[in-house]
Amino acid sequence: MTFEQFIFYVLGALAIVSGLMVITVKNPVKAALWLVLAFIATAGVWIMAQAEFLGLVLILVYVGAVMVLFLFVVMMLDINLAQLKEGFTRYLPLGAMASVGILAMMYMVLGPDHFGLEVTGAPVQQSANFSNTKAIGVPLYTTHAYAFVLAAVLLLVGIVAAIALTLRRRPPREVLYQNIDQQVKTEKADRLTMVKMESVVEKELPEKEEESK
Amino acid sequence: MFDAIQAFLSGFLYDWLAILITLVIQAVVVILPIMLAVAWLTYAERKVIGYMQVRMGPNRVGPGGWLQPIADALKLMTKEVIFPHQSNKYLFIIAPVLSIAPAVAVWAVIPFSPDVVVADINAGILYVLAVSSILVYGTVIAGWASNSKYAFLGALRGSAQKISYEIAMGFALVTVLMIAGSMNLQDIVNGQQGGVWNWYLLPLLPMFVVYFLSGLAETNRTPFDIVEGEAEIVAGFHVEYSGMTFGVFMLAEYAMMILISFMTAIMFLGGWLSPFEGIPPLETLFAWVPAFGWLAFKVSFLLFVFIWLRATFPRYRYDQLMRLGWKVLIPVTIVWVFVVGAMKYFQFGPWFN
Repeated sequence: MTFEQFIFYVLGALAIVSGLMVITVKNPVKAALWLVLAFIATAGVWIMAQAEFLGLVLILVYVGAVMVLFLFVVMMLDINLAQLKEGFTRYLPLGAMASVGILAMMYMVLGPDHFGLEVTGAPVQQSANFSNTKAIGVPLYTTHAYAFVLAAVLLLVGIVAAIALTLRRRPPREVLYQNIDQQVKTEKADRLTMVKMESVVEKELPEKEEESK
Repeated sequence: MFDAIQAFLSGFLYDWLAILITLVIQAVVVILPIMLAVAWLTYAERKVIGYMQVRMGPNRVGPGGWLQPIADALKLMTKEVIFPHQSNKYLFIIAPVLSIAPAVAVWAVIPFSPDVVVADINAGILYVLAVSSILVYGTVIAGWASNSKYAFLGALRGSAQKISYEIAMGFALVTVLMIAGSMNLQDIVNGQQGGVWNWYLLPLLPMFVVYFLSGLAETNRTPFDIVEGEAEIVAGFHVEYSGMTFGVFMLAEYAMMILISFMTAIMFLGGWLSPFEGIPPLETLFAWVPAFGWLAFKVSFLLFVFIWLRATFPRYRYDQLMRLGWKVLIPVTIVWVFVVGAMKYFQFGPWFN
């Protein structure tokens, strides 16, 4: 077993185990954390397949941003676990049918007829200074430019929709808004008043000498 | 050198074992000096802030207090680790591990001198960004597993702050790789050859400021240390941690400080290059300085700035911090991406030829 194979099997096993844990673990926060581990293991596998740009972006985007926000939501939820499991047996046949269907479809697409070294051939081994990022970037901005721009517009629509759905314009009396521009522009004169007053001098106490004894 | 060790080991061991042992040796060679640097960075911080506030700082342990970090480390290591009631034990232990592991793993791609780097990969910048983005989990999990309101609030604040400033940081890095035309950190340094005015500092001056500010926010340093705003939420996400588990969080924070300084020096201040390149009398006068010497000098200065800022500024208010990140830094970076694109198109100055 070469070192690469060793690493590959470790990462593969990690991905499978964490993927199973995502759906079997009861606590949703832990499930989300297992999903993070699954992402990291998958990113490792991608990097081993010489797709280091995709692998690193997977970590950066999904692990570093998406899953953190997801964890936020899950951590704040007040979930009753008993209620969640209710009706498991009732929906079991339907779920089993759906999963068998998905498995069959995956087998048809990814099965040995269409996948594997005999069909696709061994991947080309690139030299160490081959720029993976350039290999993705050039076709993305040339041959697939329209699809890329469309995807960007789709994301923009998503952003606008999310903001439009959550934006509530409330009258200022209802919510206390902070006018930060005004706050930043405050000067010394707005906060500080210098008061002129006579200095008060304490009188000499006659019994002072007694105290010092 | 490491290839020789690996060749020697594979003479009488399995191949994979030889590679593994070589990797461990490489890791120790890089991590040990960083951990020592972290230890004495805490000492430097206390001393510098002490003098800035007209105090002496630590001066009891060893000559001039120089052994203070060792005493601190011993104290933390011998203290009891307390698990809060009903906390999640596994996650409680995993949280500090998750914050130190990325902070150490990032160092794999940092070049210390020409060709002195553990892994000289093409996507160096991306690797640094990706691995340091995992750091957020240390904060989030620590806050959640502690079963404490203050820790949880600190974790929410901290992670929101970190992912917000990561965007500005990412854009700043995008401008750097636009100008350098490479994500390899060594190529980026070599692209800055030829004295101070060839550094990326000048064309990317706003990005330098943005990167350093985001670095402050990423490492939870003043003025952005609301994660542990002790006046509001006791000590933030690590209130419940004691002994070495707390020490590990501190180790990670200071290791990340050093990392941000290294990245800033490499990307904007010419890395290990001498600032006097191309100035005949000065260049020969400073020819004796080794490559790592210049890098260490720049990094030390940036670390001093970290400490200096801590002694100078009060803490930001949370909403103002978010405003600075989203409404000031991110727009500035987006504008500057276009400016750099234009500069690149018109082959502006010595940087784009």
